Amino acid sequence: MTDNFYGEVLTDHNLHPLHKHGLPTATCCHEGVNSTCGDDIMLNLEIKDGVIVNGSFTGSGCAVSQASADIMLELVIGRTPAEARHYKALFDKMISGGITDDELEELEEAGALQNVSKMPARVKCAMLGWRTMETLLDKEEVCR
Amino acid sequence: MNSFTKSDFPVFQANSGLVYLDSSATQQKPLAVLERVERYYREENANPLRGLYELGVKATEAYENAREAVRKFIGAKSVREIVFTRNATESLNLIAYSWGRTNIGEGDEVLVAISEHHSDLLPWQTLCKEKGAELKYLECDKSGRYTEKALRDALSERTKLFCIAQISNVFGRLNPIKRFAEICRENGTLIVCDAAQSAPHIAVDVQKLGVDFLAFSGHKMLAPMGIGVLYGREELLESMPPFLYGGEMIDTVTRCGASFAELPHKFEAGTVNAGGAVGLHAAIDYISELGLDEIERREEKLTALAFGEMKKIPHVNIIGADDPQEHHGILTFTVDGVHPHDIAAIFDSENIAVRAGHHCAQPLFHFLEIPSAARMSLAFYNDEEDIMRFIAVLKTLRRRMGYDG
Repeated sequence: MTDNFYGEVLTDHNLHPLHKHGLPTATCCHEGVNSTCGDDIMLNLEIKDGVIVNGSFTGSGCAVSQASADIMLELVIGRTPAEARHYKALFDKMISGGITDDELEELEEAGALQNVSKMPARVKCAMLGWRTMETLLDKEEVCR
Repeated sequence: MNSFTKSDFPVFQANSGLVYLDSSATQQKPLAVLERVERYYREENANPLRGLYELGVKATEAYENAREAVRKFIGAKSVREIVFTRNATESLNLIAYSWGRTNIGEGDEVLVAISEHHSDLLPWQTLCKEKGAELKYLECDKSGRYTEKALRDALSERTKLFCIAQISNVFGRLNPIKRFAEICRENGTLIVCDAAQSAPHIAVDVQKLGVDFLAFSGHKMLAPMGIGVLYGREELLESMPPFLYGGEMIDTVTRCGASFAELPHKFEAGTVNAGGAVGLHAAIDYISELGLDEIERREEKLTALAFGEMKKIPHVNIIGADDPQEHHGILTFTVDGVHPHDIAAIFDSENIAVRAGHHCAQPLFHFLEIPSAARMSLAFYNDEEDIMRFIAVLKTLRRRMGYDG
């Protein structure tokens, strides 16, 4: 078996996240928590003229939760909130095991988390960033 | 015949290759226990303490024999001091609801060891809030050691109760309950001992310890889930109001009142878990046949092996004492840079069961300034091969998470 338990993409995003930092220019933020695991992240987005121009997260949690949030931000920065929701829907589909090959391709690096669909105990970890983003978009007037 | 090894435990035949290192969460059940429970329901089942027919008498006998077995197991004076509950959590809640609500008032203090499981903290935290009493914490050092001096300093003339586990589920350290009970007695403070982690591993004698209350769970010592024990000194239990109200805990009931049954039935409202009690009896028989000395000897040897090997692995940090003798089969640990949930997931992928999280002791983890940790906990039915498989995977953890070493 591979020495890299979760695969390189996941461990790399966990050890060297691209978007784990504060964001002074953020226009909105939301905290997401998995109380049983203790995963806790703060998601920050800068939304300008209907586009997510920047995003970041801070906090702590397992590799799955951290890498998943980082990969998500990589995917949604530069997109509209509607497009971000579309990715969230695809991600949901992947985790529940019903995604097509084309859709999987669309998810780019997030596809590295596909194995989580076989690890029921880790689904909550993988979903944390995504769930937090959806709640954030729901509460932001401009994104509705 | 029992072999007192894994082959007595059907779960290991049903899950071949499983390395089970989560015995502090719940222990596996030997065939002798499973068969005894089945035999109760096949051959002796009726509602205990009610039926005036032969089968009802049999069921009552089986249930009350289990109580006598528990009394002997923990050295209590009388079966009147043994109350069957669901588990240690319910036993501790019973004390808080019944004794606590009657005896704790505004300005009183309850002292709780900082390493207590939430089940021995939250009932007191809730009670203190309700009554305007003060909840105080006895702190240990980083190795989990509590000193007599710290206890003396923490006690005041208002301290009504002190709650501490005999063995912490995080540190695995044996606390000096006998000494603490003496100090509490001098101060007029009652002592509650949570024996959930000690009863499966060492001889527990309530009279030698001198505790006022003691609680433990059957499922952590080979018995089925859903049966637990509360020991209380007879005069204390006698003075306490019932905890739950209902059937079989009354003497007489009229339209406007009731008088309650004798001990211990006063605290056992409703149909009891006779199958569970009978299973606990079988578990005690199994433990007695193997011998707690032998259990301790085996577990010490395995703990020392695991401890020694873990110490050799860089970036692995064991929480608690630096002496394997102080761990009683419980090794809570962190691995630098690897989240405990990832640790547990990697072990799981190798068919090794370990626990990750805050182990129901969040205030302790805040105190230790660690967000969470992984824990391996063993029992006499583990063997050296289990430990070495655990160690082999532990050595690869950081590499699997993308670190160079």
